[in-house]
Amino acid sequence: MMAGHLLEVRGLSVDFHTAQGAVHAVRNVSWHLDRGETLAILGESGSGKSVSASAIMNLIDCPPGDIDSGEVLFEGRDVLKMSDEQRRQLNGKRIAMIFQDPLSHLNPVYTVGFQIMETMTTHGVSKADARARTLELMERVGIPDFGTKIDAYPHQFSGGQRQRLMIAMALALKPDILIADEPTTALDVTVQAQILALLEELQKETGMGLLLITHDLGVVAEVADRVVVMNSGEIVETGSAAEVYRNPHHPYTKKLISAVPGTGGMAASLGTGIRPLLDVQGISKRFGDFLALDEATFTVLPGETVAIVGESGSGKSTLAKALLRLIEPTSGAAFYDSRDLVTMPPKELFELRRDIQMVFQDPTQSLNPRMSVYQIVSEAFAIHRDILPKDRWQGRVRELLEQVGLDASHMRRYPHQFSGGQRQRIAIARALALEPKLIICDEAVSALDVSIQAQVIRLLRGLQERLHLSYLFIAHDLPLVRDFAHRVVVMQAGRIVEQGPVRQIFEAPQADYTRSLIAASLHPDPEVQAERRAVRELRREA
Amino acid sequence: MSLSDTVAIPAPPHPVMQVLRMLWRDKVALAASVFLVFIVFCAIFGPALFEDIATKQNLRGRNAAPFDFSKDWIFWLGGDALGRPLLARIIVAAQNTIMVAAGAVVCSLLIGTTLGLIAGYTSTRVSQVIMRLADVIMSFPSLLLAVIVLYMLAPSVTNLIIVLAITRIPVYLRTSRAEVLEVRERMFVQAAQVMGASTGRIVFRHILPIVFPTLVTIATLDFAFVMLAESSLSFLGIGIQPPEITWGMMVAQGRPYLTTAWWLSFWPGMAIILTTLSLNLLSNWMRTALDPVQRWRLETTPRKK
Repeated sequence: MMAGHLLEVRGLSVDFHTAQGAVHAVRNVSWHLDRGETLAILGESGSGKSVSASAIMNLIDCPPGDIDSGEVLFEGRDVLKMSDEQRRQLNGKRIAMIFQDPLSHLNPVYTVGFQIMETMTTHGVSKADARARTLELMERVGIPDFGTKIDAYPHQFSGGQRQRLMIAMALALKPDILIADEPTTALDVTVQAQILALLEELQKETGMGLLLITHDLGVVAEVADRVVVMNSGEIVETGSAAEVYRNPHHPYTKKLISAVPGTGGMAASLGTGIRPLLDVQGISKRFGDFLALDEATFTVLPGETVAIVGESGSGKSTLAKALLRLIEPTSGAAFYDSRDLVTMPPKELFELRRDIQMVFQDPTQSLNPRMSVYQIVSEAFAIHRDILPKDRWQGRVRELLEQVGLDASHMRRYPHQFSGGQRQRIAIARALALEPKLIICDEAVSALDVSIQAQVIRLLRGLQERLHLSYLFIAHDLPLVRDFAHRVVVMQAGRIVEQGPVRQIFEAPQADYTRSLIAASLHPDPEVQAERRAVRELRREA
Repeated sequence: MSLSDTVAIPAPPHPVMQVLRMLWRDKVALAASVFLVFIVFCAIFGPALFEDIATKQNLRGRNAAPFDFSKDWIFWLGGDALGRPLLARIIVAAQNTIMVAAGAVVCSLLIGTTLGLIAGYTSTRVSQVIMRLADVIMSFPSLLLAVIVLYMLAPSVTNLIIVLAITRIPVYLRTSRAEVLEVRERMFVQAAQVMGASTGRIVFRHILPIVFPTLVTIATLDFAFVMLAESSLSFLGIGIQPPEITWGMMVAQGRPYLTTAWWLSFWPGMAIILTTLSLNLLSNWMRTALDPVQRWRLETTPRKK
């Protein structure tokens, strides 16, 4: 009976009408998905990778959206031509969707049990049956204590558990297709591995088609059978995941694959006998009864990149804030140039701000939206009056912008007029304005696309060589750290569990936690990933 | 967006020109500002020009109907219960009205915002003291407070401004504190702290510009409230007293004649509505003009549909 595919998108074009004219979100996109298959749509932000899924789920607002042409065939019927009522029958029941941020898609005022049951009761399942099935599902997706947790509220679950609940909700009516839009992007690596494994198991059990929308080549390598690569609204390449990785044809795909971190060589250590620039001695921070940071001890040499890796809640950001005295450490000392940062009086601290600067995670939030680029960068000179006389500010700002690869003529523009990568360059220019010796990068590239990430890392490395900067590079992304750092400090639950040269950490990790972190991080090569998966299976069986 | 084009930085046009150009783009805001300029003009020169006409009684023209174009133009809006031309009275009353309303709103805006910034950015103890003070003012009926104060002090324009300002302070205080508490946690404030920015710099350079548009919007809404509050005080006999006039008082004076001569209350009421409406429209425009993310709406020519 199934002559065609389970789901097929043919020649789909979607426009969005904005004040600046029509934007072609996707143009002439075609792909298909079969039963029991995993198709990944890979693309960076703005590539239109989510648009076709939104069209399937009737999530495009028209206007401003406008489906120009094309058809979406589900079991041979065009869903775009169906009435809203018919589509509602399809959505949730036959085609389900999970999203990136499970917290914002769960209603905080209802229990999770109620919300999972609701998907079933709206499609005509009796209450008692729905509750029984909910318990079954919660057990299946691995929620511990599901008997009592069914009456708990969303905030009482961790991020990974919430995503499991979303999956349970999506699977409630045994859909034929599950669309997962960046399902693991907001999660830690070890949790990501678990969720992906769960999705795969569930797919084997139910035989559903899985459509995975992602920007992460590692995720593609881990779960996808086939991949569709998108760039600025067009499909540039399709094929099996392994084939696309091995023999990319389109230049964009090639660029994307080469930009993936974790495949280059590792940096050698700087050697011994150099006096450290920063010497952190047993720094701790306690919030009430909670020990967020427990006796962190490490050093940073001049010109060195020290990476601090750990999952959320490991205390890495607390460490950065304590070193900058944005929060007061409870105990310990940190010697910068043999002066203790922790006990330093405000006046000395003010002087020291010039030497230690910070680049934040999200450049959209770390730049004041009401200040022009010139005002943002020159603020450093306005605060530290003795650096430059006012008549030379403009020249210096121009110089700094050019140094980070921005056009100096854009200095009168405002942050929203730049792309994410350019904004992070502005933030770096601002940090450089004070001519610091140490820059603390708190997840400075995590919010950026892979290819932009690579550019920013290249910029940071270039600046390090030219200006002999030291970086304290806080990250959760191990492949990135592998490429960039000289030394690595691994943190878990506020404590440093291991530290050493990058080669040692990645090739001969000592702590169990480091090993599990490395094992959970995804390699972009499907073959490498398949091998790792085999090893994991073996270990689980043993 | 290409990074490589090397166009020289165009000198930004003079700020005044920029503002005028943005005002020109929004025709509604333009009309509002023209009207407000006219009102301000009336407030400044009105009493000098029309004082005599506005107070001269003409018992034969009692409650003269409006739109009688056979009469002098000053009577086109009709006459009041003592035959004084309404148009002239509205123009003359503009001075007291605007002075009281603007004075009270500006004072409460300044004091309320300052206290709110302090409450939002300093220690919890100071914040607690300020907030409890605001609670006291809020829980006390504002009219009662005004009655007590003005009963003890002489009812003059200055005292009226002070009383009205005090009763309106909590509105700005609470709003600005709430906003400061949110904005101070934003990342760019932390970025400024890392650079060593002083508290003053953070508050005035980073926090205030974000909070300000909200406060101005509230202030324009408050303008109407204060005008009416002032008229109720006058009605109780403790506000501005005849022969001095305000719009609110004119509305109150016209009340007994509403069934026979609606225009007595209608025209001054109209003046109040139009002034507040214009202020609102203008503050709306300003909100857009001050926000770099929204500003393009006023800088590009609207597309023809």
